[in-house]
Amino acid sequence: MRVALFITCLNDTLFPDAGMATVELLEQLGHQVEFPEEQTCCGQMHANSGYEREALPLLARFVRAFSSDRIEAVVAPSGSCVAMVRHHYPRLAAEAGDRDLAHALARLAPRVFELSEFLVGELGVEDLGAYYPHRVAYHPSCHALRMLRVGDAPLRLLRRVRGIDLVELPDASTCCGFGGTFAVKNADTSAAMLADKIRSILDTGAEVCAALDSSCLLQIGGGLDRQRAGVRTVHVAEILAAREA
Amino acid sequence: MTSFPAAASYELRDPQLRHNLRKATHTIRDKRARVIAELDDWEQLREAGLRIKSRALRHLDVHLEALERAVTGAGGVVHWAPDASAASRLVTDLVKATGATDVIKVKAMVTEEIGLDAALAASGLRAHETDLAELIIQLAGDRSSHILVPAIHLNRSEIRALFRDRLPGTEELSDDPAALAEAARRYLREKFLTARVAVSGANFAIAETGTVCVVESEGNGRMCTTLPQTLITVMGIEKVLPHFKDLEVMLQLLPRSSTAERMNPYTSLWTGITPGDGPQEFHLVLVDAGRSETLADQVGRQALHCIRCSACLNVCPVYERTGGHAYQSVYPGPIGAILTPQLARLKDGASLPWASSLCGACYEVCPVKIDIPTVLVHLRGRVVRETRGYPGRSERAAMRALTAVLGDRRRYELAQRAARLGAWPLSRDGRIECRLPGPLAGWTLVRDLPLPSETFREWWRAHRRAEP
Repeated sequence: MRVALFITCLNDTLFPDAGMATVELLEQLGHQVEFPEEQTCCGQMHANSGYEREALPLLARFVRAFSSDRIEAVVAPSGSCVAMVRHHYPRLAAEAGDRDLAHALARLAPRVFELSEFLVGELGVEDLGAYYPHRVAYHPSCHALRMLRVGDAPLRLLRRVRGIDLVELPDASTCCGFGGTFAVKNADTSAAMLADKIRSILDTGAEVCAALDSSCLLQIGGGLDRQRAGVRTVHVAEILAAREA
Repeated sequence: MTSFPAAASYELRDPQLRHNLRKATHTIRDKRARVIAELDDWEQLREAGLRIKSRALRHLDVHLEALERAVTGAGGVVHWAPDASAASRLVTDLVKATGATDVIKVKAMVTEEIGLDAALAASGLRAHETDLAELIIQLAGDRSSHILVPAIHLNRSEIRALFRDRLPGTEELSDDPAALAEAARRYLREKFLTARVAVSGANFAIAETGTVCVVESEGNGRMCTTLPQTLITVMGIEKVLPHFKDLEVMLQLLPRSSTAERMNPYTSLWTGITPGDGPQEFHLVLVDAGRSETLADQVGRQALHCIRCSACLNVCPVYERTGGHAYQSVYPGPIGAILTPQLARLKDGASLPWASSLCGACYEVCPVKIDIPTVLVHLRGRVVRETRGYPGRSERAAMRALTAVLGDRRRYELAQRAARLGAWPLSRDGRIECRLPGPLAGWTLVRDLPLPSETFREWWRAHRRAEP
């Protein structure tokens, strides 16, 4: 399959390893990966913060970057950016009264997938031959869980990883407190939510906290690093791409 | 009104509050999940609840006039209040006309919305809350912090101290919940037996029959609606339901979502007056106070579906940390964040739509399927477009500038490089550990920031891109 990587601006700029791992995984499965370099940001931060008008050019840009007929699927190592495209793009285009954009989206949006749902739901693979001998706590990202409804797809992938000690995270589905601009606009509330998430992670004795979204990992990892907690954050894609040396 | 972030910062510093909230919300959240799991048609019930409420609101005018006819036909009197001050003036005049000086009250958040207690006091009339938690709040001179458990922010030792201070004959009172309830019961019993006027709220009112419904746990509501000579019910116009049979759905959705009970202990239903039995004078005050304007917003109007169960508060990670006072609103939590600004025509509570990480837990539990995250985002847009003030000018300018950068590949790539170069001197081992100025100050207060040595696209160009 010819797959276009939707890297997301956050992964592109701050978490390139998640993108590299995604490319490696898809190539190992025999797919041809393209990276449309015209892509920048999907506009989620603008749209979710009340700047819907300012998000519109970014929306149109996304559609231009990914609308090539050669592309059979668009895959992103992020649940919230995919939720933006699949759930919010059609609504924003309709509200803006842009029929051409709405029409293009009706074709494109259903072909945009979050990595774990693409692997399990579209490709039907669970065992990627990964080896990762670490104690891992998995944090389910809110948008992947409640908007994309990825269900247990990421856990099914992680359970097949050899050597992994996957531990149950208490209150796993409680938000980590990132929420985009929420983390800076409501910094104290976000910090309080983060403190409780970190407490849950530390209680498991995990060495690694994994998630589908780098935004959650930015939040959780930022807090763990600041506290010198001795726990690192890793994107699920990187665990799935890890091999026995 | 202080902004939510500032009010929340204050509340977050109270460790006792954090402990009380965590314990209370988790207990009720878990209990709710258990009783919901008992029903295999819960999702269909939610869908039915959504449809009943949206149908009721679609023809609100018709149902309200039908309600008026039915109530009038059953011997009641219906009053229409376009705004808060008209409503509180109306109720005050009705109380004054009875010659009574004291009023007992139950389950009427809308009276808090219209500022009834202050209006009564200004006319020399005393209001006595009879719902246990509301009584606690009133005795403490405090404000409610939860829709269903208004005193959720207080624990039993704090309540004991309050009762000892304010209720006569409680010097030896222990903090045993049964003893606390007994002390309140003795105090309230005297009020019930002497009151001549009661003010109640309404959970539902049936257009078809003129029946009003109040759902409660303590039985104090039934005392209020049966003992006094005069009963004044104050309700928001969105509480009307077209048909009596609609209660079949609503009375399953509400108790399981609010108190996590299969059925609530007391459901009072009355239709006008019954000669020789119960109140002989019944007034129904229908309050608009911003509801008609809320109804005009196609996305925002679903906030009026709310049946005040408070399930969204109990699962909200923001509410669990800040408590209800941070919202500075009669209606706190996620539902308050979408209802308050709309009822206030965005003049109040402008920062509330941002009081959420958009995690979606509220939408998942709402018994009438209010898509709270979508309404929050919609209201953020309305606040930005229709008002000034919050968010500040610098944020608005920065977001616009950012679109210009992100909307152009060359500028985007330049910005990536510039950010890395600019941040490099501040970093150590690929991380920024110091406190940054400006909008990132809130971030670096409690978090580090990663700073990788290359972007993904740089890696792609070096390792994957075919030569041009």
